[in-house]
Amino acid sequence: MSDYNFAYLDEQTKRMIRRAILKGLAIPGYQVPFASREMPMPYGWGTGGVQVSAAVLTPEDTFKVIDQGADDTTNAVSIRRFFQKTAGIAVTEATSQASVIQTRHRIPEEELSADQILVYQVPIPEPLRFLEPSEVETRKMHALEEYGLMHVKLYEDISQHGDIATAYAYPVKVEGRYVMDPSPIPKFDNPKLEMAGIQLFGAGREQRIYAIPPYTQVVSLDFDDYPFHPSKADHACDLCGATDSYLDELIVDDAGGRMFMCSDTDYCTTRRKQGHIGAQGVPYHEDAA
Amino acid sequence: MTPLLQVENIAKFYGARIGCTDVSFDLYPGEVMGIVGESGSGKSTLLNCLAGHLTPDRGAVRFDTRTEGLRDTITMSEPERRMLGRTDWAFVHQHARDGLRMNVSAGGNVGERLMAVNARHYGDIRTKAIDWLGRVEITEDRIDDRPTAFSGGMQQRLQIARNLVTGPRLVFMDEPTGGLDVSVQARLLDLLRGLVREMNLSAIIVTHDLAVVRLLADRLMVMKDGHVIETGLTDQVLDDPQHAYTQLLVSSVLQV
Amino acid sequence: MISIENVSKSFVLHNQGAVEIPVMAGASLTVAEGECVALIGASGAGKSTLMRMIYGNYLTASGRIMIGDVDIATATPREIIQVRRRTLGYVSQFLRVVPRVSTLDVVAEPLLATGTERDAALHQAETLLTRLNIPERLWTLSPTTFSGGEQQRVNIARGFAFPYPALLLDEPTASLDPTNRSTVLAMIGEAKARGAAIIGIFHDHAARDEICDHQFDVTQFTPGLAA
Repeated sequence: MSDYNFAYLDEQTKRMIRRAILKGLAIPGYQVPFASREMPMPYGWGTGGVQVSAAVLTPEDTFKVIDQGADDTTNAVSIRRFFQKTAGIAVTEATSQASVIQTRHRIPEEELSADQILVYQVPIPEPLRFLEPSEVETRKMHALEEYGLMHVKLYEDISQHGDIATAYAYPVKVEGRYVMDPSPIPKFDNPKLEMAGIQLFGAGREQRIYAIPPYTQVVSLDFDDYPFHPSKADHACDLCGATDSYLDELIVDDAGGRMFMCSDTDYCTTRRKQGHIGAQGVPYHEDAA
Repeated sequence: MTPLLQVENIAKFYGARIGCTDVSFDLYPGEVMGIVGESGSGKSTLLNCLAGHLTPDRGAVRFDTRTEGLRDTITMSEPERRMLGRTDWAFVHQHARDGLRMNVSAGGNVGERLMAVNARHYGDIRTKAIDWLGRVEITEDRIDDRPTAFSGGMQQRLQIARNLVTGPRLVFMDEPTGGLDVSVQARLLDLLRGLVREMNLSAIIVTHDLAVVRLLADRLMVMKDGHVIETGLTDQVLDDPQHAYTQLLVSSVLQV
Repeated sequence: MISIENVSKSFVLHNQGAVEIPVMAGASLTVAEGECVALIGASGAGKSTLMRMIYGNYLTASGRIMIGDVDIATATPREIIQVRRRTLGYVSQFLRVVPRVSTLDVVAEPLLATGTERDAALHQAETLLTRLNIPERLWTLSPTTFSGGEQQRVNIARGFAFPYPALLLDEPTASLDPTNRSTVLAMIGEAKARGAAIIGIFHDHAARDEICDHQFDVTQFTPGLAA
């Protein structure tokens, strides 16, 4: 054990956060205010997600952290180590083996099950913020279900770009009631928001927690004549050959050479282990990774 | 005939100071009423009480709703009142930037009220926006420009289009021509007169400009120190004012 | 059609020592359908005042002014607006219009206000303007820039656009050339023929004698003037 209280936060704080989480689950999509604590990392590094994770973790949990789909970025590594140190819990990079997954900007490609919790890091929880700066007014709009403004944003997209250009943080309506910002996940992930697992969203700086319970209806907003399309690069993964995953584009030399690869590193690695090979890929070796 | 708006004994106080008091009148469909008075006379307070922006301390403001007839808008629930605010009512602010979203295109500004009442077809919304921009003499090629790129007169016309697109029945206007050049004012007045007649709009116009009310308003209400001191047919009040203050007001206007 | 009974009027000038100026007392006058009555009397005797009282532009202190079955002296603004829209026309000496509105629209407005289709209203306006010799090239311009005579004719066209059962004419032939003058007199004659009750002020004595059935001297009801 470490010298920290389990998972860093004191028990009273965790209780306060759990109450906010329960309220969020009871009112899907509704932003519950909570008394966000100072964490030993700067805002923007996932302080909201970390507090939610701290409140739901138990000693038996297996924890996974992904940042833009990857387990090995600085952000993911430091949060994973943070909980290894303060909670002494098991960690993994395998989606299927994790019981709690904290994520920034992605939903894992592998379908989550009913015994898994997905915790999102949220920068700006208020989907109406960009058009209506007043928090008093946006809260009233949520309360009275006045969501016309959300479509104004989509209208502006189409009028300026010919199509709905919003590619991430694409607004959704949860269970026919609250309009919600799904955090900056690509809109490719939006259909996955209807899942078996529990989804919790934490915004540290903005002091808001919200949630989507399992099997909740989540509809991406659109126009009748411009329906929602979950889009991705029209390509297969160059490493594992997957055609159904969200891809990152990588510039590989100064001559404009590029390759596409799964943004979900665990998904890609797992497929390569199974023998799938993409156009520029090589057979998987334990040490070559 | 049922009045569209029935105002009964409205009073609003700011502490011990009178905002406005003892105001009663009926407004019928198609009628335009002007409220004139100097700064601090209570005309803007009254307008804001009528439009639901301020809660009066006593009195009733009954509006002839489409489904349930006369309803007191002061005691109705806030969602209902806000719904009226984006359907049957319109509010034209003196400063266009108070009534427009300056970071949204002209088309988005006009379309917002449509989307607020669940219009979900981009093509239809755009067609309607173009139609309304045309009616307020803004050409179609400006539809994707933001109001920040518009002149003051254009911003004001855009505000009117944004307000009228849902076919309201009652329009509140607070100094709609204030701050505009005289030639731009004339164009706006002409436009408003045409729209009032074509749409059979009722309107309440607060202004200190007697020329504006003479051209737009059927009836006139003169306010001073929070009280209504004279009412009547617009040209009668202006040409044969009875109250000392009204006589002073009318005789103070420079003749051109 | 028009029945004035025992009306009186005075002005109180609050800002000039609250001096009260009685301008009319005990005036009575009746105008039947198809009849034209001329108001006469020296300048300042109250011809225009009486005209404005009938139109509801000035308040009436006491007495009755019946236009059809509406008493203008006690009617609400809304009732007076209705009377003005459908019953009582007024051709004043001065044209007061919104700047920038075309002459055609100015003339058609009384028709549009009473629900005439736009095309029909404009057609009627064109007919009237043609008859009154307003050149077609001016139709799309605002009359605010016209000469006095042209403005006067636009005013008349507007006043005659809708077939009001009652008409008030304030110097309709002033500043008109002989041709237009006779056109206007003909139009007044036609209005009489269709049954309009007309009250007019004419400084043009020949016109007055030609078109009016009676004369009504307001001097007798002007306090301080009646001897």
